Amino acid sequence: MQDIETFRAETRHWLQSNCPPAMRQPITQGEMVWSGSQVSFTSEDQRLWFERMRDRGWFAPGWPAELGGGGLTPRQARIVEEEMQRLGCRPPQFNLGVWMLGPVLLEIGTEAQKSEHLLPMMQGRARWCQGFSEPNAGSDLASLKTSARLDADGDFIVNGSKIWTSYGDAADWMYALVRTDTTVRKQEGISFVLIDMKSPGVTVKPIELISGKSSFCEVFFDEVRVPARQLVGPLNGGWTVAKKLLQHERAAMSKFSEGAAPSHDALAVARPYLFDEAGALREPLWRDRLASLLMDSHAFSLTHGRVIEEGMARLDVSGPAAIMKLVQTEQEVAKYELLMQLMGQRGLSWEGDEFSAIEHEIGRLWLLAKTYTIAGGSSEVQLNIIAKRVLGLPG
Amino acid sequence: MAQNRKDGDKGMSFLLNDEQRQLSDSAREFLQARSPVSLQRRLRDTQAPLGYEPALWQQVVELGWPAAVFPESEGGLAVGYQGLGAVFEAMGQTLAAVPLLSSVVLCGELLLAAGDAAQRQRWLPGLINGEERMALALDEQGRHHPAGFRTLARRQGDGWVLDGEKWFVIDGIGARWLIVAARVIGPQKADEGLGLFVVDTALPGVTLQATRLADSRNHARLTLSGVQLAQAQRLDAASDGAQALETALDRARVCLAAEASGLVQEVFARTVSYLKERVQFDVPIGSFQALQHRVARLYAEMEMLTSCVRAALAAIDAGHPELALLASLAKARASDLCEKVTNEAIQLHGGIGVTDEFDLGLFVKRARVLQHCLGDAVFHRDRYATLKGF
Repeated sequence: MQDIETFRAETRHWLQSNCPPAMRQPITQGEMVWSGSQVSFTSEDQRLWFERMRDRGWFAPGWPAELGGGGLTPRQARIVEEEMQRLGCRPPQFNLGVWMLGPVLLEIGTEAQKSEHLLPMMQGRARWCQGFSEPNAGSDLASLKTSARLDADGDFIVNGSKIWTSYGDAADWMYALVRTDTTVRKQEGISFVLIDMKSPGVTVKPIELISGKSSFCEVFFDEVRVPARQLVGPLNGGWTVAKKLLQHERAAMSKFSEGAAPSHDALAVARPYLFDEAGALREPLWRDRLASLLMDSHAFSLTHGRVIEEGMARLDVSGPAAIMKLVQTEQEVAKYELLMQLMGQRGLSWEGDEFSAIEHEIGRLWLLAKTYTIAGGSSEVQLNIIAKRVLGLPG
Repeated sequence: MAQNRKDGDKGMSFLLNDEQRQLSDSAREFLQARSPVSLQRRLRDTQAPLGYEPALWQQVVELGWPAAVFPESEGGLAVGYQGLGAVFEAMGQTLAAVPLLSSVVLCGELLLAAGDAAQRQRWLPGLINGEERMALALDEQGRHHPAGFRTLARRQGDGWVLDGEKWFVIDGIGARWLIVAARVIGPQKADEGLGLFVVDTALPGVTLQATRLADSRNHARLTLSGVQLAQAQRLDAASDGAQALETALDRARVCLAAEASGLVQEVFARTVSYLKERVQFDVPIGSFQALQHRVARLYAEMEMLTSCVRAALAAIDAGHPELALLASLAKARASDLCEKVTNEAIQLHGGIGVTDEFDLGLFVKRARVLQHCLGDAVFHRDRYATLKGF
C-alpha cells in the first residue's frame, strides 16, 4: 500500500492545483451547486471544480471506482476530506443521493440498483429528494399513509402525498417510504422505494411559507407506477432501511455547513442598531442580551470542535453529538429573534428600498428560522432522544 | 510533552495527554476513596476551623498536585492546567476541600507573575511542598470587584503601612502569609494604582476572623490597621501588578469553573438516577416527558459547559490570546449552571431534596459559593462584552 504521508502530500498538491481559489472561499447563499439533470453553475470556476472532482471520482472518494467513485481506502478517503478542510475547499456539489441514499444502496442495494443509480449519482446527473414526512405523519413518521399496492405485474401503484420535501420540484428521483401493509404494527408495514419524479401521476407543488418562497414542496401521487426493481431492502422492511439511511444524516448535514459562510455574525449586524452617533449604547439592557447570545454561540462552536476532535480520536461522543441539532437550531432561532427585535420595526420590513438589504434579510430569516427547530426531527424529538438514549430514562 | 497538540487552531486541543489523563484518573480515584461527601458533612458538623482536613491536604501535597502547574525551573511538574483542571473537576464531584486554589493557583501564580527571583525563591517552594500556606486578600464587598478596593498602602520611609478591610479571603484562616491587594498612595497623596503585598499574618495590626458561609468552608475577614511592611514585601515593585492579578484570577476562575462543572455533573447524575428509581403513579417518574425534557435540556447545557471549561484550560496551557474571553465564558456558564442544576435537582427530588439528611443540600450550598466566587455570571458577561468591544 502506498505510504500514507505520500498520499497526503499528493492529495494536497492535486487540490492546490485543481481547486480554483474562488472555490476555497466560504459559500454564500445561492452559490451551492446541486448536481442533477438540471445542474447549473453561476461561475466558470464552479463548473471546473465540479467537473474535475467528478472525473477524479471524488464526489465520493471512498466508493468503488467501477461505480464512479474514487476507489480509495477509508483512511485515504478521510485524508481527502481533511485536506479539503485544510485548504477550505468547498464541496464541489450538494447531493442527497451521494450523501444519504448512496451509502445505503452500496450496503443493501441489488446489483441492478447499484448500476442503475450509483453511476448517475457519481456523475452528478441525478438529483435526489427525500419523501418521508406526510401531512399526518410528522414526528410520528411511522404512521405514514401513502400507499403502494402490488399490481398483477409485481409493480407498485403509489397513491397519496408527501410534504416538506426539500427541492422536490428540482429532483429527478425520490427515495420514499410507503405503506405496503395496513394489517400489521405500523413500523412493519412500510417499504422503501425509489420513485422516478418524471413518472405519470406525480405532481409537485412548492410550499409558500410565512417567510415567503421556500425550497419545501408537497408531492402528490396519483396511481403512480413504480417498477418492482425499485424496492430497496425487503418488502415491508422499509423502516429498518430508513433508520440506516438516517444514520448518514448527521454526516450529510455537516457537509451542508462545511465550507458554508457562517450565518450572520450577530455582533456585526447588531452594532449599528446598538450604538448612537456618539458611540454610546442606546439602551444598555441590550448589552446583556447580546452578550448572552454571543456566549451561547461561542459555547456551541467550542462543543462542535470538541465533538469533531474527540470523534477523530475515537472517543465516545454520542452524548454531546445528540445535543448538536437541538442547540444549533435553537440558537439560530434566538439569534434572529434578537436581531429582529433590536432593529425594531425596521426588522419587520417586507418590501421596498427604504430598508437595507440586511433588514429585509433578517426579517425573512427570523421567520424561516422557525422551520429549523421543526424540520429534521423537532426539538421535542431531540429531547426525547437525549432523555432515552443518552440518559437512559424509561418510557 | 503535549503530543496531541494540533498545529491548527492556535495550538489548542481538547484532548488530554498521557500525563494529564493519569493525573485525572488518580485524582478521581483518590478523592472518591479518601474524601467522599461524608467528609464534607463531618467537617461541617464538627465546625472544623480550617474547613478542610489538614491530613488530607498533606496527602494531596505528597501526591504532587500543588506542583502540577509550575514550571520545572521553579520546582514544578509542568503537567499544565488541563491536568490540574481534571483535579478540580474531581474535587467538585466529591465536594473535596483542600486549599489548592487559594494557596497554589491564586498565590502561586501571583508570585510567578509578579514576584522577583528572590521572592519566588522565598515562597514558591513552600507553597509547592506544603510547608507554607498563602491566601489572597482581594474582595471587600459581597460581589466580586477586583478593581474596587479601598485598602490603602502608604509609603513610610523605605517601607509601607497598610490599612483596610478585606472579606471572603479564601482559606484565610490558618494561612501563614497573605497577598494583599491595596491601592498605593504616593508621596503627594497621588493614587498610584494597584499594589500587591505579602503580609505575615503574625504581624501586629493583622486580624483574621472566620466568617461562616453556607458551604462551611474557610472564608476569612481580614482587618489591617497600621500594618508595617518592608519594601521587600511588595510583590509588584518591578512588575505590572494589575496584569499579574488578571493572570492569576483567570487561572483561578477557570479552576473554579472546572470544580463547578464536576459538582453539577455529580448533582445531575444523582438526579437522573433518582428519576429512574422513584416510583409514583406506579411508574418511575423518569418516564414522564415533562421531567425528561427538563433533564435533557440540562444535559445539553452541561455538555457545553464541559467544552468551555476544557477550552479555557487548554487556552491557559497554550498561552492563547483569548484566555480572558474563554475564562469569562467558562465561569459565566459555570455560575449559571450552579444555580440552574441545583435548583432543578431540588425540585426533581421533591421533599427529600430539602432535608438536611440527604446530601443534595451540601452540593447546593457549595455550588452557590462557587457561583459567586471570583465573579458570577453577570460579572463575566459584562467582562465578555467589554472584551468583545461593546
